[in-house]
Amino acid sequence: MCGIVGLFLKDKALEPELGRLLTGMLITMTDRGPDSAGIAIYGSETDGKTKVVVQSDTPSTAFSGLEDTLQTAMGQPIGIDVKDTHAVLTIPTGTTEQLRAILAELETPIRFMSRGETLEIYKEVGLPKNVAAQFEIAQMSGTHGIGHTRMATESAVTTMGAHPFNTGDDQCLVHNGSLSNHNRLRSKLRREGIHIETENDTEVGAAYLTWQMQRGATLGQALERSLEDLDGFFTFVVGTKDGFGVVRDPIACKPAVMAETDQYVAFGSEYRALVDLPGIETARVWEPEPATVYFWNHDGTPSNTTKAA
Amino acid sequence: MQTIDMQEVSLRDVNATLHEQAETTNQTTWTLENPKGAHAIACGLDAPIEVTVKGSTGYYCAGMNQQATVNIKGSAGPGVAENMMSGTVIIDGDASQYAGATGHGGLLVIKGNASSRCGISMKGIDIVVHGNIGHMSAFMAQSGNLVVCGDAGEALGDSLYEARLFVRGSVKSLGADCIEKEMRPEHLEILTDLLERAGSDAKPSEFKRYGSARKLYNFNIDNAY
Repeated sequence: MCGIVGLFLKDKALEPELGRLLTGMLITMTDRGPDSAGIAIYGSETDGKTKVVVQSDTPSTAFSGLEDTLQTAMGQPIGIDVKDTHAVLTIPTGTTEQLRAILAELETPIRFMSRGETLEIYKEVGLPKNVAAQFEIAQMSGTHGIGHTRMATESAVTTMGAHPFNTGDDQCLVHNGSLSNHNRLRSKLRREGIHIETENDTEVGAAYLTWQMQRGATLGQALERSLEDLDGFFTFVVGTKDGFGVVRDPIACKPAVMAETDQYVAFGSEYRALVDLPGIETARVWEPEPATVYFWNHDGTPSNTTKAA
Repeated sequence: MQTIDMQEVSLRDVNATLHEQAETTNQTTWTLENPKGAHAIACGLDAPIEVTVKGSTGYYCAGMNQQATVNIKGSAGPGVAENMMSGTVIIDGDASQYAGATGHGGLLVIKGNASSRCGISMKGIDIVVHGNIGHMSAFMAQSGNLVVCGDAGEALGDSLYEARLFVRGSVKSLGADCIEKEMRPEHLEILTDLLERAGSDAKPSEFKRYGSARKLYNFNIDNAY
């Protein structure tokens, strides 16, 4: 089943409220996906730096002394902010691959959650309310964010199988549905040099979009092409540094509701995820059309393009 | 009039209270406040009562309805009035996918748009949509009437049996074995009555009728057991 929520703020005054609003929306979607939860928050920018969020099942050993180890190995200062099982590492932009190689050599395994200038992804196995509390999501501020509650069908219930998936800088994807051609596509994308960590179908969807954009497609174009190249059921919500997009497969079995006011654009798998948003009573509420790409960003006007099914 | 605040009373208790209303109840008018998109509101009613839901509803509102009138003062989630047997369901806003699916009787009125699979496998229900409907509507529809004052999406009436489909606007595409048919006086009579009961001022003469060409495998007697 799975639940998706998303919130893109137009009104800066709501930015300190982003984490609190998204947490409420996420918890409402618990009965669509109680086995794991995750949230992607686009927060503050760190000039010339990249934020890498990493995770460990044994954070007390894995993160102790990590700052020194990394500084020595990378030859430059890095920042570290531990949040329960996750840690946000701040590194000079352009050194992400170097960091990944260093982390792979460590004795205690440390996993990559996300990378980007503003993006931070937190995800774990467990009830959404527990996951949100664990990382104090409600206290976070930001410009936009996406959350997911998972009811697994295609691969194991693990931290790495939880959504959102991040495969490129500041890019993330959440998914409700199941892809049926992910095995063949995974092999193809790996041959093209795209890093794919798990056997999860959604990660292949995220990697596909990253691959398209590396080849010059805009996010909108990548989403349109996904309608041709991905087989299966999907409602996708994607996040980029400045925007937020939605696409549903042509059959559109997986539910989706959107709401827009002067202050925000919101997405929910069900209307009940949106009911506590400010001004929802007078918001424009609609169901996104099948096989249609919707996109909002901070410097442009809303757009959508239709693709024949 | 009885009013229940769904913030205060659990969904199960709300539905149990409505189920307790017998044929002869004198508490005939009910208002449900703060539905907040909850699932299965006013499901399985079987009494001549009128229930008004003040807001938008989640999955399966007014499912399996018999006798009752349910007014939704907002939009409805997936499967509204699914398997309705009799009575009336009126939605002021839009309806999500498979509105009125498998319905055996009664009248479902959607004043906004309905999304995909509206009236799928309908078995006698009458559905009037003031706006547009989405793809695969009336798939395998067996009997009853689907009236669409706006446009219809792709694959309308795929593999349908004896249901009548009336569309005023455009049809993006017809499904397998669905064809446009002649509008005869008896059809105009049915349509006029339905539009009136649904509070639509659309002119019956502006509609086209669609139905089954009866060419699929199951319509050939030689394929019968």
